[in-house]
Amino acid sequence: MAAITAPVSARKHYLNIDYSWRSWLLTVDHKRIAILYLLSITLFFFVGGFFATLLRLELVTPQGDVVQAETYNKLFTMHGVTMIFFFLIPSIPAVLGNFLLPLMIGARDLAFPRLNLLSWYLFMLGALSAVAAMAAGGVDTGWTFYPPYSTRSSNSQVVLTGLGAFIAGFSSILTGLNFIVTIHTMRAPGLTWFRLPLFVWAHYATSLIMLLGTPVIAITIALAGIERLLRIGIFDPALGGDPVLFQHLFWFYSHPAVYIMILPGMGVISEIIPCFARRRIFGYRFIAFSSFAIAIIGFLAWGHHLFVSGQSVYASMTFSAITYLVAIPSAIKTFNWTATLYKGSIAYRTPLWYALWFIGLFVIGGLTGLFVAALPVDVHVHDTYFVVAHFHYIMVGGQVMAYLAALHFWWPKFSGRMYPEGLAKFAAFTIFIGFNLTFFPQFILGYLGMPRRYYTYAPEFQVLNVLSTAGASILAFGFILPMVYFVWSLRYGRKADPNPWEATGLEWQTSSPPTTHNFEQTPVVTHGPYAYSPQEPHDYLPQGVARV
Amino acid sequence: MWGFPLFPDQASTVAPQVDALYFVLIGLSAVFTLLVVGLLVYFGVKYRRGARADRSRPVSHNTRFELVLLTVPTVLALAVYAWAAILYFNMQRAPANALEFTATGKQWMWKLQHPTGQREINELHIPVGRPIKLTMISQDVIHSFYIPAFRIKQDVLPGRYSTLWFQATKPGEYHLFCTEYCGTEHSEMIGRVVVMEPAQYEAWLGGAEVAQAPAQGAGSAASAGEQQFQQLGCASCHRLEGGGAGPALAGIFGQEVRLQDGQSVTADESYIRESILNPNAKIVEGYQPVMPSFQGQVSEEQILELINYIRSLGTTAGPFEPEETTEPEGTTEPEETTEPAITATPE
Ligand code: HEM
Ligand SMILES: [Cu+2]
Repeated sequence: MAAITAPVSARKHYLNIDYSWRSWLLTVDHKRIAILYLLSITLFFFVGGFFATLLRLELVTPQGDVVQAETYNKLFTMHGVTMIFFFLIPSIPAVLGNFLLPLMIGARDLAFPRLNLLSWYLFMLGALSAVAAMAAGGVDTGWTFYPPYSTRSSNSQVVLTGLGAFIAGFSSILTGLNFIVTIHTMRAPGLTWFRLPLFVWAHYATSLIMLLGTPVIAITIALAGIERLLRIGIFDPALGGDPVLFQHLFWFYSHPAVYIMILPGMGVISEIIPCFARRRIFGYRFIAFSSFAIAIIGFLAWGHHLFVSGQSVYASMTFSAITYLVAIPSAIKTFNWTATLYKGSIAYRTPLWYALWFIGLFVIGGLTGLFVAALPVDVHVHDTYFVVAHFHYIMVGGQVMAYLAALHFWWPKFSGRMYPEGLAKFAAFTIFIGFNLTFFPQFILGYLGMPRRYYTYAPEFQVLNVLSTAGASILAFGFILPMVYFVWSLRYGRKADPNPWEATGLEWQTSSPPTTHNFEQTPVVTHGPYAYSPQEPHDYLPQGVARV
Repeated sequence: MWGFPLFPDQASTVAPQVDALYFVLIGLSAVFTLLVVGLLVYFGVKYRRGARADRSRPVSHNTRFELVLLTVPTVLALAVYAWAAILYFNMQRAPANALEFTATGKQWMWKLQHPTGQREINELHIPVGRPIKLTMISQDVIHSFYIPAFRIKQDVLPGRYSTLWFQATKPGEYHLFCTEYCGTEHSEMIGRVVVMEPAQYEAWLGGAEVAQAPAQGAGSAASAGEQQFQQLGCASCHRLEGGGAGPALAGIFGQEVRLQDGQSVTADESYIRESILNPNAKIVEGYQPVMPSFQGQVSEEQILELINYIRSLGTTAGPFEPEETTEPEGTTEPEETTEPAITATPE
């Protein structure tokens, strides 16, 4: 069947159509905006990573001898704030979602291109505000900003940092809104709901959380700022407030937000596994619906962060039960991805390795989620390194692996070039080894009782901390490699075909890189995604054909 | 350096129960991880490109299979949930005969007081084999009281009491940590718990080895409270025999108190604290709002002593205490123990 292709030649595409600064900073092309996000969040990833390196260095010895207590507290706060608000939340949605959603549904752009540009500016404004706070001395409250510490005692840049997160939140809300409207209104002819790629379903569910959850965190941060500046009692009991109220409000957003940090990754894995297994994905509808189940039940589980906060016993028991229910859709997805390999014809390319890392590490992160959901076990491990390990397995082992998988998979589409396969595989293995060595010992540390946010600790915890820091150096080296070879590939990489992986999605049926308008003609979709046939490796059925 | 632990001390009655749950979770996780990873490896090798394998008629959905995937984890998860919830519920209920200690958290230290009045900072000496109940409050920000060897933790909030109970099973020294980030010296807000044989504990209480002498002479926490009660002038209105400008306080602890507005309230720790700091918030039926606020004049620790005093004037079971108890009532005799007599000596 004739895919819509264009010859790889000196043709004009979204990157080379105009080189001026203006054309980038005022662009309304979703693909260029995705590149703006890519550049900015890569920067923040390395800033956050730099803080992490210092944290791990400090923890090599039990005494606090690399940095002072106060510096350490600022480092983990700024590490957390940077990684969560300025890297992880925008990672897959803002970079890959922006770039791919319109292409995957055969649209020319997002529904509101100017709003999309505004989202990026808001994101940058928020980030600059946080950077200004760091330059002005930093902040030491932890990324959770719990009052009354944050509103009373801390004498650091709480308000400016909060303002940064507040503004960046609007970027998230607008992106979510834009995605939802786009998916509803701009699908190509024939692209029914159940023909949508699972990446799109995952982004739809993510957008719902962004749209409904983010305003709550914005209000919460604003209230904390008001209490701090005007001494109006909202959370501080000395002023008549309630500190646990903050925790409820905070986690009402931030718990669903952890699904903003994993659902898009699940969408990525659902694209990559079928492509490299050359098989139709197993259980398409179950995977699609499980994204929604996660998003919806996720909104009801926030109280599992408050098991030792003094909330009532019955509330804790209820939240624990709901938390167990959230685990089930995740288990379904995991089994379905695994089953997709059955009777496949598996090609081990870099994106697939990252997808496999994702599954393995997500399984560990998810199962340890059941430990912290089990009330008595959580009483013991809450706010210890067990939790630090658990959330890094989900956030780094899950979403960051998926992000790297996605960058490799769609790099040819982004850049028109191939990355160097050998080096990329080497980096993937380095990252996997480094990651596990860094974070696995932390589960043991946590069960032993080492609290988190400690810059000095009891001597018997040292060996495991040294292992963790050794792992972190391997991991840091691993993360630098893709930076280097992606940049290298822009000049020296092999030129990419429109569809180098022989994938079925619409995004592969336009040139690499695409023109500003995405498609020469609007595609017509005749069937669902993932029509791969494992028996004859070169036979696959693209989702769309040119309108005749 | 290589003699490092992989598992924490197990030194309280709940520790083995929590660990049992932990090991079952590890077992279940291992099964699931091996299942998923095993299948990934098996499929991954068998169906790698170029390998000869039967790839005919691949299935892409199977509702029966999905339903099995849905039910098996659900049933297992709910079973673990139920077990955990029951254990947790029991962990929250302090036995009625528990020794009542108090703790105050402040940046960055733990202040503790024994029922007998002794005070300690960042150290807690307790007898083995007796349930101990802590009533805790913070003087500034949120802290969290954590003894890993006992598998217990509870946030310590400003403006609100929280409680915690445990029963140590093994003499020795254990870590006491703060686990709610509370500012610059959060990681140094640590202490140690010294668990002693009852006889040793009695000796320790006797003063021989008390590092921190009781602040206001000897006597119990309640008698320290009685002194506060006199000094602050509470006694001029709250006469023991009644008939003062304020209600008599004997026997009210844990009782329902009728208020002016027709409602009633349980006279627990929080109510007494509120009455001291903000007396006009709840006026007892039949009295005038004449009591002055002691806000700013009494510290959280003094309030706890006052509460102890009022509790000592007569008490009934608090809201969380079970009606019946399996422990011998209020005994101060050392219980029979199968432990070797002395495994650790207090320094
Ligand atoms: C790249 C390797 C990384 C290392 C070595 C690392 C290390 C650490 C360390 C040592 C802490 C402090 C733990 C504590 O004392 O509580 C920490 C906290 C944290 N990390 Fe990472 N981290 C890494 C990557 C990431 C990434 C990629 C993210 C998110 C995308 C992330 C999110 C967080 C968050 C949210 C916290 C909590 C901060 C807080 O306590 O306020 N980390 N990390
Ligand atoms: Cu503390």
